[in-house]
Amino acid sequence: MAAQAVDGTVAGGGPARDQAALHRRPGGQGPVRRFIGRHWYAWALTAPVVIVTLVLVGYPLVRGVYLSLTDATEANVGRTIGMNVIPSTYEFVGLKNYTAALADPEFLATLGWTVLWTAVCVTLHYGLGLGLAILLNRPLRFRSFYRVLLVLPWAVPAFVSAFIWRYIFSAKYGVLNAMLNAAGLPAVAWLDDPAVAKISVIVVNVWLGVPFMMLAVLGGLQAIPGELYEAASMDGATPWQRFRYITLPGLRPVASTVVLLGTIWTFNQFAVIFLVTGGGPGTSTQILVTNAYRLAFTGIRDYAGSATWGLLILLILSAMTVIYRRALRRTGEAW
Amino acid sequence: MRRVISAVAAAAALALAVSACGSDDSPKSAAPATSAAPADVTGTVTWWDTSDATNEGPAFKELIADFEAKYPKIKVSYVNVPFGEAQNKFQTAAQAGSGAPDVIRAEVGWVAQFASLGYLAPLDGTPAVDNADDFLPGPASAGKYDGKTYAVPQVTDTLGLLYNKELLAKAGHNEPPKTFDELKQTALDVKSKTGVDGLTLNVDSYFLLPFIYGEGGDLLDIDSKKITVSSAQAVAGVQKVMDLISSSAAPKPTIKDSYVAAETAFKEGKTAMIFNGPWSMSDNLGGKVFKDKPDNLGVAPVPAGSVKAAGPTGGHTYAVYAGSGNLDASYLFVQYMDSAESQAKLAGKLGLLPTRASAYSLPDASGSPVVATWKSVMETAVSRPWIPEQGQLFQPLVEGYQDLVSGKESDVQKVMDGVAQKYQGLLKGWSL
Repeated sequence: MAAQAVDGTVAGGGPARDQAALHRRPGGQGPVRRFIGRHWYAWALTAPVVIVTLVLVGYPLVRGVYLSLTDATEANVGRTIGMNVIPSTYEFVGLKNYTAALADPEFLATLGWTVLWTAVCVTLHYGLGLGLAILLNRPLRFRSFYRVLLVLPWAVPAFVSAFIWRYIFSAKYGVLNAMLNAAGLPAVAWLDDPAVAKISVIVVNVWLGVPFMMLAVLGGLQAIPGELYEAASMDGATPWQRFRYITLPGLRPVASTVVLLGTIWTFNQFAVIFLVTGGGPGTSTQILVTNAYRLAFTGIRDYAGSATWGLLILLILSAMTVIYRRALRRTGEAW
Repeated sequence: MRRVISAVAAAAALALAVSACGSDDSPKSAAPATSAAPADVTGTVTWWDTSDATNEGPAFKELIADFEAKYPKIKVSYVNVPFGEAQNKFQTAAQAGSGAPDVIRAEVGWVAQFASLGYLAPLDGTPAVDNADDFLPGPASAGKYDGKTYAVPQVTDTLGLLYNKELLAKAGHNEPPKTFDELKQTALDVKSKTGVDGLTLNVDSYFLLPFIYGEGGDLLDIDSKKITVSSAQAVAGVQKVMDLISSSAAPKPTIKDSYVAAETAFKEGKTAMIFNGPWSMSDNLGGKVFKDKPDNLGVAPVPAGSVKAAGPTGGHTYAVYAGSGNLDASYLFVQYMDSAESQAKLAGKLGLLPTRASAYSLPDASGSPVVATWKSVMETAVSRPWIPEQGQLFQPLVEGYQDLVSGKESDVQKVMDGVAQKYQGLLKGWSL
């Protein structure tokens, strides 16, 4: 609206003013100047956001790209601390960090597990969230009480949940193994066996992530007009048919967004892995983002190496987002 | 060397919150002239203590109160930072140039790294290095880097074998095991005769070192710049550990929160033997089976392998941040905290082993049974490589150790070769 109004005034100024402007700056950046002149008001309004975004997102990103092309570590980046002066001795190394990371079997193994972890978690998040949302969308006694109860995991800070789960899973002094022992069953090495630890972290993340999906889907369900169901019932549609041909398509605008968000969040779910297993046993539950942290924060910090991993994560997620949007557009989603 | 990472992890959140609020409150004014007389030095010294806040912290706070009484113009701001996070937090703050303390209690393995990165002030010729000849050579060597002194030793320690005397006696052993083979036999006897576990292992690189040293191995050979972690001797040491587990002399150890699991089992009388250091004494003596019978807790040097009995040298130091705005006050603080009298007081109260020869003859220290017990254990301590990369050596090793214990890998040589390869990535110019 604002832009249009500004547009109007400039247009109202008539061609004479445009002519004058051209005369004053012969051969100058005509179109650019006119563009800014026409939209200056919009630019001024968005400037604070643009500047903040550039400082908070743009600068670190550019710096990250730069560092990933060097061999910078904590030891060779120049600085002066009190009486100690450390000269800058890091060098530009081109794409060496990227080729090294991609050739590293550790990167590929971690990537494989990260993809599996994301796929399993998001599928379970959406599946369980959908099921619970449908249950809670029906008239039910104490419905709001159940809703509050189910949203609770989301309200607890993730790190608190992670620590609680760690105690639940603890091998010798954990609640879960105590219950198994009481029932006469052998204890399970929840966090100490490579395969079981993977299942354990998925359980924690699913528990954490379902409430968000449930809320989002519940909102989507309530937006589906009731008349559609009534009309379908009149026509003799079975409950399954109503679900398949009304509920699922009706949820698509919500589902496509929350699944994409969920995928990005889960792909970068640092807290659960770091706090529950610490990436162990060995490195078996390490995902890309926790491994990037491990590179950056053990001993003498490897700035270049962790920046490389960070950018590779960004590239993977960007590629995934583009493919996902294409796929949605092809199936007729207006997004 | 404290290995209480797991124990303090639960407090991480709290500490993060504290760190967020506890930003740098020491004024960064220009340093006063170095020639100032001690009594005229003013300022606020922020000290990051990494000791156990509940058991050890109060004793340090008492020393600080005495220091403030002696130097009324200097204020000390005491901040307890959990050991497991202190290294990372200090690096972040020191490099950013804000939020770093003036003085830090640095673990012996951190000093060379901090010094090489330019974070520490050289202490030679300052009041902080007081009566240097009095320091025991082993612990003092950890404070030196590139010919200069960057830290003075506060306390020294090593690992020993802690045992429950009653349980061993029930199994027919009145003496603690002296070799790895005896260790295995004793543990098996305890299991069969008393029903409780004989030995509980802690899956941690530091606690693996006595086995590697015992067979004549080491992580690195400093003199020839050689990576020896995959040598036959080191592999033999790790194999000893795996044999203890596969023969059921030690139950399959917990990997997550391993330290706490072993420590708890020992305190509760559920296991007869563990490896641990003098820092754990007050914790152990508060446990169910030792609370009323402190004599039941036995301490012996780590058992010997086919070559020797040896534990790693650990301990902590006082180091001064190079960017501190209160260098003179910091030097005086370090001098006071590390005097023979202060060390003896800590030895008497906490059982911490002094790093000054003269401190051992002061009544506070000489009267401490814990110090007397551990002094003989210290004779088995061997020096670790004090290089900047020291702090990075343990991570690959513990990951390999975990892979072996969890059953993901079974070939010790293969795992250790993998560790050696990672070391090659860390140590430029070292050979395998």
